[in-house]
Amino acid sequence: MTKVGIIIFPGSNCDRDLAEGLVSTGFSVEFIWHKNIELPNNLDILAIPGGFSFGDYLRCGAIAAKSPITDAVLRFAKGGGYLIGICNGFQVLCETGLLPGALVGNVGLKFICRQESLLVENSDSIFTSKYNFGEKIQIPIAHHDGNYIADTEIIAELEGNGRVVFKYLENPNGSINNIAGILSRNRRVLGMMPHPERAVNKIHESNDGRSLFLSLLESFR
Amino acid sequence: MKVRVHVMPKDGLLDPQGEAINIALINMGFAEVKKVRQGKVIELELEEADKIVIKNRVEDMCQKLLANSVIESFHVEDI
Repeated sequence: MTKVGIIIFPGSNCDRDLAEGLVSTGFSVEFIWHKNIELPNNLDILAIPGGFSFGDYLRCGAIAAKSPITDAVLRFAKGGGYLIGICNGFQVLCETGLLPGALVGNVGLKFICRQESLLVENSDSIFTSKYNFGEKIQIPIAHHDGNYIADTEIIAELEGNGRVVFKYLENPNGSINNIAGILSRNRRVLGMMPHPERAVNKIHESNDGRSLFLSLLESFR
Repeated sequence: MKVRVHVMPKDGLLDPQGEAINIALINMGFAEVKKVRQGKVIELELEEADKIVIKNRVEDMCQKLLANSVIESFHVEDI
């Protein structure tokens, strides 16, 4: 069974939703406390969930990115491991340097929690193979600091190499080029602000997040 | 020895908090306000007296944690 390690920081609050989403799509999961210095050695994928790690003190994700577990996460990624960071997890991945750029306050200065329309900009990644290119999907967002910023060369690099996987149809937060989710250079690390784990279940308004988890699962078969 | 670290949003970067403060001040009648930028101040108390060592160490702290070079600039002030 494909196994996902979910890292938990003080203030993480989407860890159980993510576990629920993963288990319901066929994964097994293991929670990992941030004070550990080693990862379980049978992990296929690492996930950093949403929430408000360390109360968003200093900058969102900044303190979590310097946790005891971080060195092990960096080693996992550098060894070609697969990682997904959602919302606060995306902020943490940017702060560790595994993904370029930064996420700053929404232009409207408001916390926004609602269903958002996204466009699939790359359906040729292990995270998005079950979507169609250009497909419009509904995935909720819930963030105050989702405004993606990077310098011009980085944006050109991301856009030119299919590393932007999701864009907002209507930009809610001021992100450059409507960017909602990006891949690392080796395409094995995904960071995204929207919450696919909140769009997997019958009780959710949309089930469009399932395809992301199913894409990932299929790449391990 | 104490130092104060000033962290500011980089020049040219949109600063919505600064803009909101700017608009509030103008609405309050402070029409002379042209631009507001909001950053943060972090004070550190250090068990070290050598100013050069402190400067190097605190700059290292800024680069590794206190500031994010993608979006912020910093400077260190002795107090």
